[in-house]
Formats: sequence, C-alpha cells, structure tokens
Amino acid sequence: MKRLWRVLKTLTSVYYAYMVEYRAELLLWVLSGSLPIIFMGIWMQAAQSGQFSLTPVEFARYFLATFLVRQFTVVWVIWEFEREIVEGKLSFRLLQPLDPIWHHFMSHFAERFARLPFAFVLLGLFFLLYPQAIWVPNIGQLLLAIAVIGLAFILRFLMQYTISMAAFWIERASAIEQFWFLFYLFLSGLIAPLEVFPPVLQRIVMWTPFPYLIHFPASLLVGLPVDLGQGLVVMLGWTGIFWVAYRWLWRWGLRQYSGMGA
Amino acid sequence: MAAIVAENLSKIYPVAVKEPGLQGTINHFFRRTYRQIKAVQSISFSIEPGEIVGFLGANGAGKTTTLKMLTGLIHPSAGQVRVAGYVPFQRKPAFLQTITLIMGQKQQLIWDLPAMDSLRINAAVYGISDRAFQRQVDELSEMLGLQGKLVQPVRKLSLGERMKAELLAALVHQPQVLFLDEPTLGLDVNAQVSVREFLREYNQRHGATVLLTSHYMADITALCQRVLVIHQGELIYDGSLDGLVDRFAPCRQITVELSRAYAPDTLRTYGDVETVDDRFVKFLVPQEKLTQVVARLLADLDVQDLSVTDPPIEEVIGRVLQAGVVA
Repeated sequence: MKRLWRVLKTLTSVYYAYMVEYRAELLLWVLSGSLPIIFMGIWMQAAQSGQFSLTPVEFARYFLATFLVRQFTVVWVIWEFEREIVEGKLSFRLLQPLDPIWHHFMSHFAERFARLPFAFVLLGLFFLLYPQAIWVPNIGQLLLAIAVIGLAFILRFLMQYTISMAAFWIERASAIEQFWFLFYLFLSGLIAPLEVFPPVLQRIVMWTPFPYLIHFPASLLVGLPVDLGQGLVVMLGWTGIFWVAYRWLWRWGLRQYSGMGA
Repeated sequence: MAAIVAENLSKIYPVAVKEPGLQGTINHFFRRTYRQIKAVQSISFSIEPGEIVGFLGANGAGKTTTLKMLTGLIHPSAGQVRVAGYVPFQRKPAFLQTITLIMGQKQQLIWDLPAMDSLRINAAVYGISDRAFQRQVDELSEMLGLQGKLVQPVRKLSLGERMKAELLAALVHQPQVLFLDEPTLGLDVNAQVSVREFLREYNQRHGATVLLTSHYMADITALCQRVLVIHQGELIYDGSLDGLVDRFAPCRQITVELSRAYAPDTLRTYGDVETVDDRFVKFLVPQEKLTQVVARLLADLDVQDLSVTDPPIEEVIGRVLQAGVVA
C-alpha cells in the first residue's frame, strides 16, 4: 500500500510536469470545452418565453456548472490507449510491475490540476460580464458536489477505458467511442438540462450512466433538486459494471496483443 | 538452473490477406480472409545465468516474436518457456522485477521531460528506495557517461545519449535477465562502442544473462561467445560464434572507389561482386585470399580508396542459409 501511494504520488508529480509543458495547448483545450457556454446563450434566450421549468439565470448557472464539471471529467484515454496498442508502446507498460491503467488514470488526474487555473479564469471572466449568474453554494453542497464530480470522473474514465479495450481486436476503438459520444452528448445534460426532457424519458435516462457524468454533479453544484440516494447508487453500480467489464476485457485482450511494431 | 529455457516454442499469427486493386479492397471489406503465419516454429534452447548470447536472423525471421514471448508480452501458441524460473506470460511482479527488454527502435522515456522524471517513475514502480535509486543512477550514469544529461529534456539529447538514457531507465531496477533488441540501432560508431562496453561491464558486475539481437556484426563479435540463428521461424544454429563465421562466412568485404567504371567481367575476376555503383564496388572475398586480392586490386586497377570490413550480418546469415543448413 505504501509502495502504491509512492507510485501514485510520483506519477502525479511527473505527469503534472508533463502537462504544464503544454501550457499554451491547455488553454485551447479548456476553450474547446466551452460548448456549454454556447448552449447557455441559446437556452437563456429560449427561457425568456417562460415555458421551461428553469429561469434564464438558472439556465446560466446550470451551464456554467456544466462547463466546470466537464473540465474535471474530460477523458481522452481511448486515443492514447489505441496508439499504444497500434504502435506497440503498451509493451513498455506491460514490462513493469504496475497495471498500465495507473499511468493512464494518473496522467488524467494530474492534468486536472494543470487546467484548473485556466478554467477558473474563464469562469471569473464570465461572472464579470454577467454578475446576475453569480451564486455561492453552501459548504456542504460544495463538498458533496466535489465528491460527486470525482466519482463522475472515475465513471467517465472507466467507461472510456472499457471501450478502449476493443483496440486489442479492432485497432480503431475510437470509432466506437465516437458513436457512444452521441449518447453522452444528448443524455448527459451537456446540451440541455434533463429538466426539459419529457418526464418518462427523464425517468428512463436516470437509470443510464450518462446523466451522472454531467447533469447530476452540475445540479448538485447549483442546487437544483436531485435524488441523491438513487444518484449515488446508480453511479456506483455503473462504476462497478464498467470495472468488471474492463478487467474481463483486459485479461482477454492481452491474449490477443501482438506488440505490433515492437 | 538455466536462466532461460524454451522448449518447442511456437507462435502462429493470423494475418489478414488483401488482394491489390478495388476488387480486392471490396472483397477485403465484405469477406476478410486470414492466413496463418508461423512466426516461430518449435524452437528449443537453454541459456545459463551470466551468458551473453547473440540472437541472429534476417528481418522477419522471428527474433522479435521470440523475445516478446520470453518477456511475457505475447502468449506462445505452443511450447514451454521459463525465464528465471517463471512462466513469462503470467507476468508475475517478481518476474517483471527480474527482467528487462530494451528495444533500439522504441523509447520508454517521456519525450518532453528530463530523463530523471521517467527514472523517478521507474524507481517508484520497482520499489527502489531513494538511497538505492541515487546510488544506482550515479553508478549507471558514470558507466554510460551520462552525468549532467539526465536533467535535460529527452528531446534535447542526441540519439546516442537518448539510447544510453533508455538503457539506464531499463536497468535501474538491476534486472538479472536482459533482452536487447537492436540496442545500437542508428548509433554512430563511438556510441555503439560505448554501449557495447557498458553491456559487457554490466554483465560482469551483476552476472546478468543477456540475449541480444543486432544487425551489427561488431555488436555480436564484441559481446557474444555463443549465437542462435533463426530462419523463417526455425532455429538453424546454436553454437559458438567462431564456429558460425568460420563455417559459413569466412569472408571479408572490400569496398573500393575507382578512378573510373570498369566492365563487370573485369571486376568479377577479383571475387564476388556484391554491388557496383559506377566507380564504387563492393567485393566479397574469402578470408584466406584477402591479401592476395587487395594486392591485385591495387596493382591492376586505379584505386582511389579501399577499405576492408566484416560482411554485414545479413550477408553472414545469407551464407549460412546458402550453405544448406536449412535443408
């Protein structure tokens, strides 16, 4: 356990240094996640008519929270994993007595710290332009939201990592992820809060993993009503399912691995 | 107990076959056919602790596939393999702690960071204490002449320095069994010599077992007493290097630069003409006739430059195959 702790600490510090090397790119990556800000404008305009359950200011807060949650849960491991398989670079990871998932996970984890300042500067800039949207969550709400964002990141990571395992067989696993992303886009609450969905659809969607990646943590952050108990159970359930699926595919996939190009 | 034992080790890969042209592409899309490639066929050998063994074969002969099976990266299709008493593909931590694989054409160091950062990761992963890590890095960087280079970003290092840093990263946990796949690939002569010297010294200091593939004959001759030769997946020679060279390739390569081009018939009277590129000619001549042929070349032709080298390893292997060992 002590050894694993040392490994995680070292991976975090080294991968943080690695990410900071790309400071210019980091700003662009943060900006590329500003899709929710665009949707915010559209929804705030639409909400002027008063036919939605959220007011324009609530829409603004929701999409700002969505932007923040997305910054902390963005995952690209499938492109890295796919490259490692296709170029045979996974071989170096397999030669070490540490499961390669730790390298991938900790590089994402460290990147969160590197993008943090950029994300907060953007948020501050928005509040400067639109001060009505400023809100201060209470400490309990904030701590709960942070914990759920952490869980959402783990769930999103495991979801994509499980799909990455397909690279052992088809090499372009990212094609599956791109298809999967469609569901993520519509059902996570990224382009519209689930409150505007028909109630039946809302109930069904709440049993899928998608709303827990964006909508659930964002709602907690801005204080929209959520079923906390069901939310946590479903999140943990899906995390467990993806973990089991990933482990099974990993063991099976390693038998297929040919260490191409290496 | 032998450090490496392989018994009837085989690997068969399915490879998709595609005919050329549009029709072939369409067929490939709708009905993909596969061919079974026998990359390694029932090879057996045993290597004792502390031995340095050269592993030779033409490109595609099955060397790298064998190394991947020995290091546990891929599963054998058939046969048994034991390295340091472990079954490699089970990838037990104690096994991984004992071995290393260095691939000349691949790098494990993080490109944009100093090598020291990658080394710190390795130290943590292999559970090396800070003090032991510092001692190991000091010792290895002195042996490799890398002092002061480990704090520069890897991308700023020369190819030779990078390869040495790769060696350091691969050896920081003091492995007992080293698998080296073209460790001097692309290095200049000086860097090749220092890598070889380092490997010899490491082997002597730590009593490590080394299995080495290289296309540079000099790597093999400098380090290996014994070689294994693999051809089309089959082991065709296991014995001393002297025996291999004496038996199958007692030749030297003469490269000459002439003042003008000569007729091929004229050139052929001096020995086997390997290549002719206008005024530049490469001959392959038997060792015992070397002096005589060099003297004749200098006397008969207008030679501007002449050098004598070992024939390329591919040439030696080619001769081994020509000599009918396979048949």
